[in-house]
Amino acid sequence: MTQKYRLDKGGLVKRDKEISFKFNGKKYFGYKGDTLASALLANGVHLVGRSFKYHRPRGFIGAGVDEPNAKVQLYSGAKTEPNAVATEVELVEGLVAKSQNCFPSVSFDFGEINNFLSKIFPAGFYYKTFMWPKNFWYKIYEPIIRKAAGLGVAPLKPDPDRYEHKFEYCDILVVGSGPSGLASALAAAKNGARVILAEDKPRFGGSLLTDEVTIGNKKGKDWADESIEKLKTMPNVIVKKRSQVFGYYDHNMMVMFERTKDHLENPTQYIPRQRLWYIRAKEVIASTGSIERPLVFGNNDRPGIMLASAAKEYLKVYGVLVGKKPIIFTNNDSAYETAIEFKKNGIDPLVVDVRKNIESSVIREAKNLNIKIKFSHAIANTKGHLRVKSAMIGKLNEKKSNFESLEEVSCDCVCVSGNWTPTVHLSSQSGNKLKFDETINAFIPNQSRQNENTIGSATGSFTLKKSLEEGFNKGFELSNKITKKNIKSDIPISNERINEEHDKLWCMPLPKNKNYKRCVDFQNDVYVSDIELAIREGFRSIEHVKRYTTLGMATDQGKTSNLNGLQLVSNIEKKIVPEVGHTTFRPPYTPVTIGAIVGREVGKDYRPTRKSPMHAWHEKNNAVFVDAGLWLRPRYYKQGKENLYEASKREAANVRSNVGLCDVTSLGKIDIKGSDSAEFLNRVYTNAWMKLPIGKARYGVMLREDGMIFDDGTTTRISENHFHMTTTTAQAVNVLAHLEHYLQVVWPELDVNVLSTTEQWAGAALAGPNSRNLLEKIFPEIDASNEALPFMGYKEADLYGVPARIFRISFSGELAYEINVESGYGVFMWEKIIELGKEMGIEPYGTEALSTLRIEMGHVAGSEIDGRTIPSDLSLDGMLSKKKDFIGKRSLSREGFVETGREKIVGVVPIDKKTMIPEGSHLVEDSNAKLPNPKLGHISASCWSVEYNNPFSLAILKDGKNKIGEKLYALSPLKNKSIQVEIVSSHYVDPKGERVRS
Amino acid sequence: MLEIKCPYCGKRSQNEFSYGGDANIKRPELGKEVSDREWDDFVYFRKNPRGMHLELWHHVAGCRQWFKVSRDTSTHEIFKTSKINEEL
Ligand SMILES: [Zn+2]
Repeated sequence: MTQKYRLDKGGLVKRDKEISFKFNGKKYFGYKGDTLASALLANGVHLVGRSFKYHRPRGFIGAGVDEPNAKVQLYSGAKTEPNAVATEVELVEGLVAKSQNCFPSVSFDFGEINNFLSKIFPAGFYYKTFMWPKNFWYKIYEPIIRKAAGLGVAPLKPDPDRYEHKFEYCDILVVGSGPSGLASALAAAKNGARVILAEDKPRFGGSLLTDEVTIGNKKGKDWADESIEKLKTMPNVIVKKRSQVFGYYDHNMMVMFERTKDHLENPTQYIPRQRLWYIRAKEVIASTGSIERPLVFGNNDRPGIMLASAAKEYLKVYGVLVGKKPIIFTNNDSAYETAIEFKKNGIDPLVVDVRKNIESSVIREAKNLNIKIKFSHAIANTKGHLRVKSAMIGKLNEKKSNFESLEEVSCDCVCVSGNWTPTVHLSSQSGNKLKFDETINAFIPNQSRQNENTIGSATGSFTLKKSLEEGFNKGFELSNKITKKNIKSDIPISNERINEEHDKLWCMPLPKNKNYKRCVDFQNDVYVSDIELAIREGFRSIEHVKRYTTLGMATDQGKTSNLNGLQLVSNIEKKIVPEVGHTTFRPPYTPVTIGAIVGREVGKDYRPTRKSPMHAWHEKNNAVFVDAGLWLRPRYYKQGKENLYEASKREAANVRSNVGLCDVTSLGKIDIKGSDSAEFLNRVYTNAWMKLPIGKARYGVMLREDGMIFDDGTTTRISENHFHMTTTTAQAVNVLAHLEHYLQVVWPELDVNVLSTTEQWAGAALAGPNSRNLLEKIFPEIDASNEALPFMGYKEADLYGVPARIFRISFSGELAYEINVESGYGVFMWEKIIELGKEMGIEPYGTEALSTLRIEMGHVAGSEIDGRTIPSDLSLDGMLSKKKDFIGKRSLSREGFVETGREKIVGVVPIDKKTMIPEGSHLVEDSNAKLPNPKLGHISASCWSVEYNNPFSLAILKDGKNKIGEKLYALSPLKNKSIQVEIVSSHYVDPKGERVRS
Repeated sequence: MLEIKCPYCGKRSQNEFSYGGDANIKRPELGKEVSDREWDDFVYFRKNPRGMHLELWHHVAGCRQWFKVSRDTSTHEIFKTSKINEEL
């Protein structure tokens, strides 16, 4: 019979739906409704992993998000998931999981030798030991440590699943569906507020699922079920289970992680695996409950030792006994409920209570059930290698500082309770400065600076009556601020056991001459002795102790260990806990998959793709595309077996000798209108604009206020108060924001409006000595002569009924025209030009040929306008007006900008006329100089000059203009190249600029 | 993520906006002689206060208006937003 520890009845699992799964290669069975943890426990499996540092055998401690030990690797291949928490993994048919951090197997682990060598692995061991020699770190220490101390293994293949993001707004977000959460959601919803209720677990109800209480004469769980049903019918309410609100961000932005797929037996194709919700809530009610703290005693980390509340949850929710010979070890009343549940199911527990003989309703109930209780007793140590098999129990002396006697009691599980810690992560993240509550020995929320409201046991009030009152009152009060409907709900009468105070003893003394390991942080393997050592070595701040010992720094974020660690530090330092302070709570509260964070922004959806209207034509004509910002532009048009260099050379040569056509749609275009437009351009650009005639274009350079070149382009005067500005593809967005800033903030008195028209115009550059002949064919009715349409001229024309703009501007340095039509006519224009140019041998050219043409002409582009160059660096001094002020002008007279010897633009040709110089190469005097070899400049752009048929580069070179004719070396350590070069003028082709004016 | 009230569009999430720096900075008048020190103050030097800060934001993914925000730099509390030509 499998599932030996499953009760015949009881719990919320579906016993008629058996599910098979694999753990560490072995097949087991569980039921629908199980978690991986409950199903393993039903099969008597406690051993689930090895501790992080010493590889000590470890079992389940909790039943939820607090679980520090049961981290497993799920599935394999692309779907594999590391560090899954077995207590949160819902069981589905065919689930495959395995333990992490063990080699070769969880029951026989080589790393366990660390446990026997633990004297040489104390806190701070890595910091102290692996400091020297330096080389050893990369080659020896780090790889070994990584292998031995790893968590799970990340998948190496792309994630096949789909993840989504969702944005939502609400009046009130309620986090947690326990009694206080349900009460506040009911009250707020009834009062007309838009409510979202989020529950992390697969079942609503929180503590009502496991506590023997009544609300309104109903069993707690029934009241919870009815409340949820009621909420679900209300149109102003969203209820979500399997949804963890893990982060509280600014202005009440809450982020929630919803698990939508993994628990489904047959998910449909398009269901996302997980969904990340961004919820902007007017008010947040954190009814996040509390987490039980472990007691600390000798070898308290053996498999089979777990929280009493977890044992109760396995029993009441999953119908699973975590053992058949339980010891309940406690310093408070709540663990008695676990004892009573065992007893009711025919199991005899032994209760070990550190308190003196104490009376309360739950203890009386236990006594009436004949449960054996040892007051003033504690566990000093446990035995059992892969599972606890006995406990050394002793009577505590009066001061609880030692044991008076010790006896060994056999057991198969120990259920511990060290009282409760309110779950205050959301409060803390919201900017709430927590305060320490001495009655419960834990931090509770204080005053928040956001609209955060914590209620229920998360505030440290552990009674049902108070939780319900707080819930209903807060729900009404907050909703009424928003809806003002004044609809109040009645608070139902409740019934529960009343608990007595807990005892402050939580860390058990060591028997004389014994040095048992007492674990504080289970996941990161931090023991009492480590924290003591850290303090002996002088660490005082809790933040330093935390980092030195790694206390609370594991993926469980110290949910079960932080407070015990704090108490220990304050005990040793003889301070009270609030003086020691607490470490910062940071999101996410529980681990979130990278997939959920990324959402749909993967692959081509990572960012938008912008395509020109002619994109399909380029595709049809074998264009190979390149990313230019968000744009996809043809890099070259492949013919036959051509590679990039062959194709771009062919295309560029055809422009130089004949005529080519380039898609320039991606250039930024800004429409500028208003009576002060010319004045505005005069301030924005470095050159003069007031006298630009209508129908003329002008090249302009704009600076930032710090004097660096910001962008360049041509701007055309369409009419008196109407200009058409072009920008580079890369800076289009920034230039618009820049212009808007000056118009709205700096010079609001100017009558100017700017608007991006980049996407309104399709652009084609017609370039080459034959471009005029072709233009005349395209627009037979216009006079395209050099006199009628000179360089920098502009004409509006008719392209077979389509209005077109013709600009005589040139980036290639050849006679050239840019033709713009409205985007919708882009393909028509393009095809018409290709059709009419066919007999002339027109060829489209891509960005690679475009680069070649501009580089050998010495025209600057983004690789020279890199945010570090001023106009004179790029030989643009002639563009600077002396008669007027402009943005950035004052900076140009600053010391550093006028000094001689600044880096200037030059041309560079390899001496062998063969070797291409890698972009980014450094220019140096002596290729064999001692490192660091003094750098004189760098290569900004390289091409194969089609004019001279040899490589040519542009460079920014210190005192460049005076170095023309000199021989230097271009070094590229990345490409392992050292090339002797000659410095020449940057204007390699047509230095007088005759062609563009021809 | 902050929630910022654009004076033209209303409350929107921060990802629709871009930050534009200290709103107290005044550009020296065009053509006016300014000392190196004054110019450097304008171009480079910014206060980095803890607490109330008057700053510019740009509703880039919205109405494309620049506007003023007074914000606490340590708590991110936004006290008020206004159009450029309004006093804050
Ligand atoms: Zn707006």
